Amino acid sequence: MIISNDRLRDIGEFIPQPDDDILICRCEEITKGEIRRACHDGIFTMEEMRRYLRNGMGLCQGQTCSKLVKGIMARELKISPLDLEPATSRAPMRPIEMEIYARDGGNVG
Amino acid sequence: MKTTADVIIVGGGVVGNAAAYYLAKRGVEVLVLEADDSIGHGGSSRNGGGVRQSGRDVRELPYAMYGIKHLWPTLSEELGVDVEYHQGGNLRLALEESHIDILKGQAERATALGLDVKLIDGKEVHEINPYLSDAIIGATWCPTDGHANPMKTTLAFYKRARELGARFISGEKVVELRKFKGRIRSVVTESGTIYEGNTVILAAGYESREISKTVGIDIPMSLFYETCLVTEAQPPMFDIMLGVATAEIYGHQCDHGSFVFGSGTGLEPSKVPDSSDLRVPALDVSANCRCIMKYVPMLKDAKVVRSWGGWMDITHDHVPVISPVEEVPGLLLACGMSGHGFGTGPAVGLLLSQMVVGEKPICDITPLRYDRFKSDR
Repeated sequence: MIISNDRLRDIGEFIPQPDDDILICRCEEITKGEIRRACHDGIFTMEEMRRYLRNGMGLCQGQTCSKLVKGIMARELKISPLDLEPATSRAPMRPIEMEIYARDGGNVG
Repeated sequence: MKTTADVIIVGGGVVGNAAAYYLAKRGVEVLVLEADDSIGHGGSSRNGGGVRQSGRDVRELPYAMYGIKHLWPTLSEELGVDVEYHQGGNLRLALEESHIDILKGQAERATALGLDVKLIDGKEVHEINPYLSDAIIGATWCPTDGHANPMKTTLAFYKRARELGARFISGEKVVELRKFKGRIRSVVTESGTIYEGNTVILAAGYESREISKTVGIDIPMSLFYETCLVTEAQPPMFDIMLGVATAEIYGHQCDHGSFVFGSGTGLEPSKVPDSSDLRVPALDVSANCRCIMKYVPMLKDAKVVRSWGGWMDITHDHVPVISPVEEVPGLLLACGMSGHGFGTGPAVGLLLSQMVVGEKPICDITPLRYDRFKSDR
């Protein structure tokens, strides 16, 4: 965990790369270039990144892309991937229809 | 590392970030300290995205209305990030006659304040929004309300303020304020670092209470928990904000297509107040689903993808504290947003920047003073 993080820390300029158009988050169709650019907007944590771009917010909840996103961010921010906390996993584990989710034995009319 | 600035802002939520942006824009040197590793970790990113005037107290309305008229419409352009603001109106729905009675009172109070809110019948509701349950017998309609994306708005203010030179330090939890020769001067963090500024803006939500106590100021407020859920993307249906007379749920469809609904189980007042406990109680999402289906039954097959929760800082009279502190010159309070902080965040940020530089404020803030809480006995 990063204890103190100065958000004006110099990470250099954004330099376009030939594979910037590659899709990293397939559910929400977020590219490598978008993730790299967001780092230069000041997005320094995985929690911020997914709020900013929606990566990992789709049907698979980042189960496919979060490791890739972590690697891309770490390289762009010039830090170790170990310094990036994964974003919070959230219920439900798999998407569930409202009508089914509603049947928990509570106030079912 | 430089530890001084003209203005130190405690709290990197929507209010702190907006204040940082409007101050940086005015050429003021500003430093924001955020306790969490992530900017916008608290309620600013966890709310349901309402940008409303209806339901607001007479003391909040002037700046809530100013924000909707003058700030929100151009915010995406100004900040360089699409904050997904839509002014699609707000329907507050009724299923029973007793609900209509609640709405009648609300509409009368809002109209008396000069707000365009009217009571409409079931037929009119379905003309405005054909996707709702046939069981709805009426609603209040406020056409100037709207919604935006809270996660992006909070980070957009941060991004633009940072581009203008505002400094942000995350993972830096403030534990103490100190005066020097009668004025605010130092901000001490858990890591032992001492930051110094001429003005300190305290915008740290409920945590502002412990911090302001270190200079002898206590704001009567409490923590209240609510949860939200989001569905998978649905075909575009409506950009109207929905609420209900019983206040069980509220929600809207996002640009992305997903629906975000906020709610609770009704058991929230008994929840142990601990702002570090963000786990969603097992009962919440199911209860939320049942409520949603009562009002928008066609969402019954929509899949819930995620749920989350957050804490609100509710003052004793449910109205924010936005105020200078006479006992501690240089200290400005912006806390106790009482669940209204997101929609009014831009206007509150602007107000704070005006207080710092001595501009004429967009409205009179004396009704929002910190020392207004008096015993009624």
